[in-house]
Amino acid sequence: MVYAIEARSTRKVYGSGSFAVTALDNVSIAIRKGEFFTLLGPSGCGKTTLLRMIAGFETPTSGQILLNGQDISTQPPNQRPINTVFQSYALFPHLSVRENVGFGLKMKGRPDAQIAGTVERVLSLVKLEAMADRKPQQLSGGQQQRVALARALAPEPEVLLLDEPLSALDLKLRKEMQVELKRLQLELGITFIFVTHDQEEALTMSDRIGVMSAGHLLQVGPPREIYNRPVNRFVADFIGETNFIPATIAGGVATVAGGARLAVATDAPTGDHTIAVRPEHVRIGAEGDGALPATVGESVYFGTDSHVHLTLADGTAIVARQQSDATGAGVLAEGSRVGVSFADGSVQVLED
Amino acid sequence: MSKAEDKAARTETRSTWLLSAPALVLLLFAASGPLIIMLVYSFLTPGKYGNVIWEFSPDAWIGTILSRDIFDGTYSLADAHLTIFWRSVQLSLLTTLFTFLVGFPTAWFIATRTARTRALLLFLITIPFWTNLLIRTIAINQIIRNEGLLNTALLSLGVIDEPLVIIYTNVAVFIGMTYVYLPLMVLPLFAAIDRFDMRLLEAAYDLYASRWQVLRRVILPIVKPGVIAGSILVFIPALGAYVTPRILGGGRNMMIGNFIELQFGQGRNWPLGAALSVLLLVIVTVALMFYVRAATRSDSNG
Repeated sequence: MVYAIEARSTRKVYGSGSFAVTALDNVSIAIRKGEFFTLLGPSGCGKTTLLRMIAGFETPTSGQILLNGQDISTQPPNQRPINTVFQSYALFPHLSVRENVGFGLKMKGRPDAQIAGTVERVLSLVKLEAMADRKPQQLSGGQQQRVALARALAPEPEVLLLDEPLSALDLKLRKEMQVELKRLQLELGITFIFVTHDQEEALTMSDRIGVMSAGHLLQVGPPREIYNRPVNRFVADFIGETNFIPATIAGGVATVAGGARLAVATDAPTGDHTIAVRPEHVRIGAEGDGALPATVGESVYFGTDSHVHLTLADGTAIVARQQSDATGAGVLAEGSRVGVSFADGSVQVLED
Repeated sequence: MSKAEDKAARTETRSTWLLSAPALVLLLFAASGPLIIMLVYSFLTPGKYGNVIWEFSPDAWIGTILSRDIFDGTYSLADAHLTIFWRSVQLSLLTTLFTFLVGFPTAWFIATRTARTRALLLFLITIPFWTNLLIRTIAINQIIRNEGLLNTALLSLGVIDEPLVIIYTNVAVFIGMTYVYLPLMVLPLFAAIDRFDMRLLEAAYDLYASRWQVLRRVILPIVKPGVIAGSILVFIPALGAYVTPRILGGGRNMMIGNFIELQFGQGRNWPLGAALSVLLLVIVTVALMFYVRAATRSDSNG
């Protein structure tokens, strides 16, 4: 299969000698055509470095970057059919919205009539026809963001790179743009590579997510898989909220402090490990009957649900997410003793 | 508007005027005063010993572009004057262009250094201002004259067989003016480039622009205010340059400045000198108006 973008054991080292910093360590990744792929990780994890390498602003120290199976590692950015939506938007302040959007086509030497047509079409795609003659400074943040998007889409790139494009927008606008971006991607069928540190953004928009940390690619998979089957503690912790409980695993059974036995995958590694359970999979019931004894701590009300803090017998703190009811009858008193169980198949054994 | 507001507004207007008064008075006497004197003198009759006789005469103005034959009294175009004007404009334009070509990469280099290096480099740029212009120009003279540093070096290296004749030519004046006015180009360019958002370069490269297109389509239009300021700061003093053409151009390669000086000195024709000064001012003003307008218009067209 020919992938839209492929990175093969890509390394990037900045500086040399004892000052060398490895930004990207042997990352291999294959992104399919027409896919909405998200690189997710905290700042400094190397996701932006990888994106800049795909764009052509950085050359790999070793390894390759392939576009449709062709090695483009050393091709300059102006020769790659790949465009970027920058975090800072980087709109040209001396050009109107129309000229900004038409910039790429103009540099490619397309005839004016064709440019005008394409610009018109792309502007209507992002619903900015009315703003065509304004300068970028005269637009709101959200509008500038859409100009940046239109400018990157106008030359009809094979791959669109988005470097945290929504981080400067307020929450409501960000949600709108998430939907908008997904719609555009489906409509145009272009491969989107999206970089973000916002796990919720990654989960809602992506076909697949690549989780990165400290220059390594930790896990690649669809949002559900990343969320439900995190490979290690970092992924489990970074995406969503998770309870970590020490346990001893043997033959598909995890034994936790207090003697409670939980069913886990039969191929799970044996020995002392950490198990992970999402707060929404924690059930609170009566004591006994194989449940883990726990003491109720503080409850934090969030509207649709509450976070109930619990302390297990060995002192491990966990959180349970409880749906709110209309009457408030289910509220647990602080200090009361309860039994905790986990939803079927929700217990994950982490390797580290 | 209520009475109190009205009064407050009036008080504010009054104090604004009062506060600006010293500057306004200074401007009136130091700037407009001499200009008015020049304008008045240009319409008077020259005196025998270099003063003016209070008698109206348009001769000075006619004399700026026409010369009167002393035998038959007919007028013809004053070739010598026009040559001087043309040389001045030409040399000033060339100086402006060349200081830009040298100054732009210099300013770019400085603006892209770290804060500490940048401060040091800017300091170095201003060092020439510490020395008197006359001394700096004489130094250039010492370098480019026939037996000067440049020729001695080139001769002893065997690059040339006989000295290059640079001194007392237009080239010498051009070299001198470029050297003297370069900092005036670099500083405003630096200020403009310093504000330039370097991230735009990546955006332009990403959108298929070549290096040349990035310069032409993105950098230059955005730093244009700096280019305009630098050009004005170089062109105007270059056009009126006096010391540099005097020392490096010898007597033959006069510029307007020297010519005007001549009228007030040996020429003993103050009205002609005054008329030439006013004419120079008008030329500069008109040239600037056209330049600034053309520059701003092309900006809106991208």
